[in-house]
Amino acid sequence: MLDISDIRRIQFDVLIIGAGGAGLSAAISASQDSKIRVGLVCKSLLGKAHTVMAEGGMAAALGNVDNRDDWKIHFRDTMRGGKMLNNWKMAEIHAKNSPKRVRELEHWGAVFDRTKKGLINQRNFGGHRYPRLAHVGDRTGLEMIRTLQDHGIHQGIDIQMECTALDILKDKSGKVAGIVCMYRETGEFIVFETKSLIFATGGAGKAWEVTSNSWEYTGDGYGMAYEAGAELLDMEFNQFHPTGMVWPPSVKGILVTEGVRGEGGILKNSEGKRFMFDYIPKKFANETADTEEEAARWLNGDKNARRPPELLTRDVVARAINAEVKAGRGSKHGGAYLDIAKERSAEDIKKKLPSMHHQFKILAELDITKEPMEVGPTCHYFMGGIKVDAETTMTNVDGLFACGEAAGGMHGANRLGGNSLSDLLVFGNLSGIKATEYSKNIGSIPKVDDNDIRKIIQGATSILLRENGNNPYLIHEELQKNMQYNVGIIRTKKEIENGIKEIDVLKSKFKDVKAPGSSQFNPGWHEALALRNLLISAESVAKSALIREESRGAHTREDFPSEREEWIKYNIINKKGKDGKMETAKILRTNPDKELKRIAHSKLNELEKEVKIDHDKLKVS
Amino acid sequence: MSKRDFKIYRGDDERGELVSYKCEITEGMVVLDAIHRIQADQANDLACRWNCKAGKCGSCSVEINGRPKLACMTRMNEFEEDQTVVITPLKSFPVIKDIVTDVSWNYEQNKKIAPFSPSKKDKEKDFVMMQKDVDRVQHFRKCIECYLCQNVCHVIRDNDAKEKFVGPRFMARLASLEMHPYDRADRIPDIKNDHGSGMCNITKCCTEVCPEGIQITDDAIIPLKERVVDRFYDPITILSRKIFGKEKRS
Repeated sequence: MLDISDIRRIQFDVLIIGAGGAGLSAAISASQDSKIRVGLVCKSLLGKAHTVMAEGGMAAALGNVDNRDDWKIHFRDTMRGGKMLNNWKMAEIHAKNSPKRVRELEHWGAVFDRTKKGLINQRNFGGHRYPRLAHVGDRTGLEMIRTLQDHGIHQGIDIQMECTALDILKDKSGKVAGIVCMYRETGEFIVFETKSLIFATGGAGKAWEVTSNSWEYTGDGYGMAYEAGAELLDMEFNQFHPTGMVWPPSVKGILVTEGVRGEGGILKNSEGKRFMFDYIPKKFANETADTEEEAARWLNGDKNARRPPELLTRDVVARAINAEVKAGRGSKHGGAYLDIAKERSAEDIKKKLPSMHHQFKILAELDITKEPMEVGPTCHYFMGGIKVDAETTMTNVDGLFACGEAAGGMHGANRLGGNSLSDLLVFGNLSGIKATEYSKNIGSIPKVDDNDIRKIIQGATSILLRENGNNPYLIHEELQKNMQYNVGIIRTKKEIENGIKEIDVLKSKFKDVKAPGSSQFNPGWHEALALRNLLISAESVAKSALIREESRGAHTREDFPSEREEWIKYNIINKKGKDGKMETAKILRTNPDKELKRIAHSKLNELEKEVKIDHDKLKVS
Repeated sequence: MSKRDFKIYRGDDERGELVSYKCEITEGMVVLDAIHRIQADQANDLACRWNCKAGKCGSCSVEINGRPKLACMTRMNEFEEDQTVVITPLKSFPVIKDIVTDVSWNYEQNKKIAPFSPSKKDKEKDFVMMQKDVDRVQHFRKCIECYLCQNVCHVIRDNDAKEKFVGPRFMARLASLEMHPYDRADRIPDIKNDHGSGMCNITKCCTEVCPEGIQITDDAIIPLKERVVDRFYDPITILSRKIFGKEKRS
């Protein structure tokens, strides 16, 4: 029998799981109170989390490039991009606070690209009315994570690297009391006792075959929160980024930044046709250029010209590429051509998109300053996630908070590019503050139950101790194929049902998963441990996708085309039922604040007039 | 398509051996793909680090046929069909297991560096910096912390003088801070004493292996060495400081 007293324990007031942009932001804001003991747990080495791969920029209405910008316009863009399914309050908090957070990042040492006046430069991106994305070439995520990392290591945060969280511990009343983790290097288990937990664990894109996500993206936060009784919200909304690499096969899915289109890149099919003009949704027709001539004027800075259709929201562009390929007009390797070479000089491309230039040169032996890229949709981001309260980021489990991609609601049915990095900063910061407040209020650390610790550890070690069993890598590959084909970018009832059946088969295979070797840095074991969370994430995606009988944003049902008015009223929730099975339910959304609703539904030109009046008033005062 | 020969180090810091594997290679594969294939089919417990698979995170640093590289950015077609690809861990750091090394020493160096320190007054407003004034700083900030430069640095690799020199990665970080227009900290004494700028003998090996093409030696180490010399060894500066008092460099 396992002797629990041998297991090391460390106590915290606030413990953050995940050290990407959201986790680091949360840790920094929590650590501003010197009496609060803050811990930060990351699966990888510090500074390697998925944020590092973000390319295009972070959206904030700074107004440095176009001074007509304002939180109201950013908010309206976000809501329209999310097909009005966003949590209204979160979208408001995000739009209002992101400029402050971006400036703060600069004060911590981030060095953004500059405007001619020496301010933070901003670039165009899909769905954003004005140039809004603060950026550093096409490596904005690296700049962000390094800045937070270099600032964070001097804030007295206890950083636990290469440490995997296994499951949440609660006290008898149901409050968060701690979490059991495992050091990947040694296989040693550790118990972190804490008053509050912040999950900044990212998404679960690794459930698909073609994905821009790394091994870390296994839905650990979703799985652990679900097991602890938290609710998962709107998990059917999985963003397929329109432009992932498609060739060669080994790099399929790797991200090609939307910045390519933001800098003027255009999409063409095999017939050389700029096809996006054929896919402009009615709702966006008034705000999108309908001729190549107008699109060209826009690129040259004509403020009266409307935006090119390549900069429609990601869901629209991804579906368009998918449709072109299906109609037999795909590129050589089954994608679309993305051409920046004809739009920008070689020098500009290398300056603005250096890592894209490098990535294609090395991985595809292609020079993007001369030839078009081949691109196609790749699983990129979870709009859904753990359900949180907008103003505190707390879940329905007392003491459990979530932020960043791990949390659901902010982005509705489709996220705008650039809204993720700013989301990490805004809600990371907020969750750090709110978790600190919570921890101060509850007094001492709730008591963990040793039996719970024992169960978690035995569950993990059984994978190693089993005589023989199923190969975790192969279960993962089967899951990826299943999600790709049955719960992919275009969905039908029949396919989703097949997908759910297959997930059930994989769940039973997982019960007998076996990792050979010892507990020391054993990737097979780590893979097996992540599978449970990946399967919970996949199941909740499939079950929500089956229920939502409409097409909205990133969720496309071939059997229920277009948005259905009645569905805007509902979110879909998944939670663990009393019998241990997943329960999926429609819940009514709360009515939005009248003022927010008015802003989101305003006509663009009217809102712009209103903003101008606001800005003039500010100038006078 | 063909089966190719690999030899991968299996073991820990004390003992280990090169183990042979065969792996099917298809068009466009990189060394990291081959490692993953071997891991999934033949050696589930083969330890390796990776994240982004696109040269952006700097996790998969190894030595391939003796050359320090990112496994994700090394294409299989760089090698002859009949050439065995030998993958070993970074030589300058202790092996944890297989091709994973303990790079925690690097994190300790970073912590020793005084962080970015703008003045209180400057923090109240937007920074105004011209692009040409931040180009150099941005150049250093491209670093993905793969530690390949640390791995090949003679001071660290051959002389194992880790206690005397922070290494090229952190000289580049120091340069990025020293050259930031709004930074107000004075790190020159630390650069000379604690960070060991004098240890580097400018062989430029670090620059050669940098996957981001950062001119570590020319743009970071040499200018920092010059600043140290100006401060501590230049008689005119020393004299003028005695007369006019200490003054922060421009």
